[in-house]
Amino acid sequence: MTGETLLSARGLSLHFGAIPALVDVAVDLWPGEMLAIVGESGSGKTTLLNVLSGRMAPDAGAVWYRDPAGRLHDVHAMPAPALRTLHRSDWGFVHQDPRQNLRMTVSAGGNVGERLMAQGARHYGDIRAQALDWLAQVEIDGDRIDDLPRTFSGGMLQRLQIARTLVTHPRLVFMDEPTGGLDVSVQARLLDLIRGLVTRLQIAAVLVTHDIAVARLLAHRIAVMQRGRVVETGLTDQVLDDPQHPYTQLLVSSVLNA
Amino acid sequence: MKGYNFAYLDEQTKRMIRRALLKAVAIPGHQVPFGSREMPLPYGWGTGGIQVTASILGGNDVLKVIDQGADDTTNAVSIRRFFARTAGVATTTRTAEATVIQTRHRIPEQRLREDQIIVYQVPQPEPLFRLEPSRIETRRMHSLADYGLMHVKLYEDIARFGQISISYDYPVLVNQRYLMSPSPIPAFDNPKMDMMPALQLFGAGREKRIYAIPPWTRVRSLDFDDHPFRAINAPRPCGLCGARDAYLDEVVTDDRGGRLFVCSDTDHCAERRAAGHMGDDALPEAAE
Repeated sequence: MTGETLLSARGLSLHFGAIPALVDVAVDLWPGEMLAIVGESGSGKTTLLNVLSGRMAPDAGAVWYRDPAGRLHDVHAMPAPALRTLHRSDWGFVHQDPRQNLRMTVSAGGNVGERLMAQGARHYGDIRAQALDWLAQVEIDGDRIDDLPRTFSGGMLQRLQIARTLVTHPRLVFMDEPTGGLDVSVQARLLDLIRGLVTRLQIAAVLVTHDIAVARLLAHRIAVMQRGRVVETGLTDQVLDDPQHPYTQLLVSSVLNA
Repeated sequence: MKGYNFAYLDEQTKRMIRRALLKAVAIPGHQVPFGSREMPLPYGWGTGGIQVTASILGGNDVLKVIDQGADDTTNAVSIRRFFARTAGVATTTRTAEATVIQTRHRIPEQRLREDQIIVYQVPQPEPLFRLEPSRIETRRMHSLADYGLMHVKLYEDIARFGQISISYDYPVLVNQRYLMSPSPIPAFDNPKMDMMPALQLFGAGREKRIYAIPPWTRVRSLDFDDHPFRAINAPRPCGLCGARDAYLDEVVTDDRGGRLFVCSDTDHCAERRAAGHMGDDALPEAAE
């Protein structure tokens, strides 16, 4: 890997009382790259995601983001309006539970269009055309554009959330267990969809998952976490086929056909 | 009136409200908290407007009070009498003669002047309250001018009904910065707020907020480029005075489908009839 990083973090530490959630964590992400963070539950994966995206402040360390003009921003020193602007334009966040992100009382089209309108889109026809286009991209029937999300299945909700997040063409997307809670066949289709979109749109992503198979399928690089530390990091195939750290070896060997 | 201060409120309270008013005028459309007092009438009957009026009234002011455009409804009569007794100020029903106009749900048809002040009674000052339940979040949205959510509501209306279906309390953007509730006036009245020569003050008693629009300020009703804002009104002239440009009330006259459309602004209608205008439904004696 050469060139300039999109996002990099150094020396991140965060304690919840006596519990170390993050211990001296360093992360680098290059443009267009997908990084998976794996580990068992309670290992600090989601906390790391929250700290990287500026949603939670660390006790120590810094997160740097490089904007399209090449300027570096300290995510945690940014003024709140700038961070919010970043979150609704350059960045996206995909939650495990789509209900956290979607507005359940607003139609599918309105959900997809919200980020556009927040950015100043004021032409109804254009917003609707883009919403239709994105529903098609995530394989939701255009006839459902005026339906409320509560009439959607779990897999459709997750795809709707992805459409809502990607409609502004973010450069960086944070995903927290995007396939959690879905049955296996729906998971497979969703993974296929995410891989296709991310590759085509050249989006960089940080993906949190406890499912090694998901990481193997989607990620270029992988970081293995245990008790708040990144114990091993490297190219996905390299780490999964030849794990060095005892914990990674345990993790890989405990999964069938990973 | 004996035992009461001029205009009911004590001077300390008036001073506190005037401070809030000054701040509100300085930041057009921004909601300023104030220590709303208990008033001798229930919340929802105009306690916010009355407190604002009490704080700005002077001995030489002439007060007009309207409720849904009418000078002769219970609410308007009670508030007008309240100030006539507690402040001893002159009252009027004529828009042109008033220096202070307290209103609920309407703006007079007659164009207001620079030497007039209009005070609105506001039930709910937060334009986003139906869309975002958290006040902490709506305050953050105001501070960051993050109003995409309001457009989501307009988008939903068009998607569902083919048009923006808000007929009253239609959200406006004041001075290209703050999203504001115009109080529940009909959308028909929204254009009157834009570049109005008179000072506009808004008081919400229960919600303890004051906001204002200084004279000659831009007030734009939210819309989409391809679905511009339209004022909605009954498509016929006033039955009594024949006015075609005034906001109309529909009055059911019998139980056989009979109905009458009349000006909601009673003073405007009466002045037009006095000037000799007559509508199709006006009886000769009604024109007197």
